[in-house]
Amino acid sequence: MTEDTIICRCEDVTYGQVVEAIEQGFTTTEEMKRMLRCGMGACQGRTCGRLIAQIIAAKTGTSLSQVPLPTSRPPAAPTELAILAGTPHEETS
Amino acid sequence: MKRRADAVIIGGGVSGCGLAYCLAKRGFKDVVVLEREYLASGATGRCGGGIRQQWSTEENTKLAMESVRLFGQLDEELEYETEFEQGGYLILAYTDQEVEQYKKNVAMQQKLGLDVRFIDPKEAREIAPHLNTEGVLCATYCPSDGSANPFYVTQAYAEAAKCLGVQIELYTPVTNIEKRGGRIASVVTSRGKIETPLIVNAAGGDSVSLAKMVGVELPIVPTRHEIMVTEQVEPFFTTMVISFKHGVYFRQEKRGGILMGYGDPDERPGFDITSSMKFLRTMSRKILNLMPALHRVKVVRQWGGLYDTTPDALPILGPVDGVEGFIQINGFSGHGFMLAPKVVDLLAQLITGEELDLPIDRLHMDRFLTGEISRDLSVV
Ligand SMILES: Cc1cc2nc3c(=O)[nH]c(=O)nc-3n(C[C@H](O)[C@H](O)[C@H](O)COP(=O)(O)OP(=O)(O)OC[C@H]3O[C@@H](n4cnc5c(N)ncnc54)[C@H](O)[C@@H]3O)c2cc1C
Repeated sequence: MTEDTIICRCEDVTYGQVVEAIEQGFTTTEEMKRMLRCGMGACQGRTCGRLIAQIIAAKTGTSLSQVPLPTSRPPAAPTELAILAGTPHEETS
Repeated sequence: MKRRADAVIIGGGVSGCGLAYCLAKRGFKDVVVLEREYLASGATGRCGGGIRQQWSTEENTKLAMESVRLFGQLDEELEYETEFEQGGYLILAYTDQEVEQYKKNVAMQQKLGLDVRFIDPKEAREIAPHLNTEGVLCATYCPSDGSANPFYVTQAYAEAAKCLGVQIELYTPVTNIEKRGGRIASVVTSRGKIETPLIVNAAGGDSVSLAKMVGVELPIVPTRHEIMVTEQVEPFFTTMVISFKHGVYFRQEKRGGILMGYGDPDERPGFDITSSMKFLRTMSRKILNLMPALHRVKVVRQWGGLYDTTPDALPILGPVDGVEGFIQINGFSGHGFMLAPKVVDLLAQLITGEELDLPIDRLHMDRFLTGEISRDLSVV
């Protein structure tokens, strides 16, 4: 991977930016998401989330299992407003 | 971590970090900020980022107007890009009662010097294309309202504060507050104790539990507030649109996503901030009613956060009776991000013993004892 390798395709976040953020002290995927927006685009981190966790683990010298992935938020996949407006009324978590 | 400090601020949201910076700027630097998780992990990092000056009480209007002025200087002062934009706020009126109320609001706001005016539905559609104005009688519009990135604003304050000597301790929850003879004595955390004569309670929805540790009952009700955002589409409007009748607000972020939320009147008090299907469905219906053209636009993410609501929807600022050295900066009732720049400036003035350039006596907690409160009506 080089500085310019794109890690998050939805938000155009590069490997260099992720490493810089880690150096600034953002060592969780949640903070990274808020700082760089990686995982806030259309794929919601389904593509980049694991990759970012791996970079954090490698750079901070922790094992991958120690780096939690960001909270996955509904809806499970991008869904049209018109479809959501027609969905039945149920409480979920 | 330090073992003693001149002041300890509990909470690393926009209030805590902003206050730390304003204190340090005045030379009051022996300050520690304690944050349970990471910066802006509470309401701040979950909020809509909206900045509005159109309120029904003078208190909120003045604080918001001064904050907008300060937001305008923040990037330069803190050397950080906080994405402050003035895209305007459009507030829709559907009933005669709303029109009457907005007339009073606008008269008060204009008297305070705000550039705000009534517009007709046609102009509203020019400002927000595709807006369904069926049933809209008129709207109020303030072009200098806008938005900023809450995470960046908090980060900007925090970094500037650190440069001036403030210590910020992350992943350090406060577990107890100790007093001695009616005075604050120390704060106990997961990583040890800090002796201090001054504690600032900037813990958002959790302020209530912290105050209880020293026997203070804050009249704050934590309540979930949900919000969601769509995929990015070609930017076509910059204004925030609000309808109090529908309890809805929405705007398009510069990157193209449409951000929207509504206040659910049936929401029960509590600390649950998980996402609900009810919100997803109701919000989708409400937005398609106001902007039917969005029906094919996809929702990508939904989340929730806590409102720290007071009986008058105004914050609780300053000392409390009975415990010396215990300062409140909480109870923002869903609009603490936009008020933060001025509120933290004023509290820093108060703590360092300066004369306040905007009085906040009416935001003292004892207002709830006299029973003479007047609620801000412009709340979503
Ligand atoms: C969905 C939503 C949308 C919103 N939209 C807007 C908007 O558009 N405009 C606007 O102005 N406002 C908005 N708000 C309100 C705004 O987010 C808040 O008023 C504001 O962020 C309050 O900031 P704060 O720093 O006071 O509190 P918070 O950001 O909640 O910070 C409190 C901090 O204290 C920490 N903490 C709590 N307990 C402890 C403890 N025991 N020890 C250590 N730390 C602790 C928490 O982790 C948290 O980080 C919205 C709120 C929500 C939930």
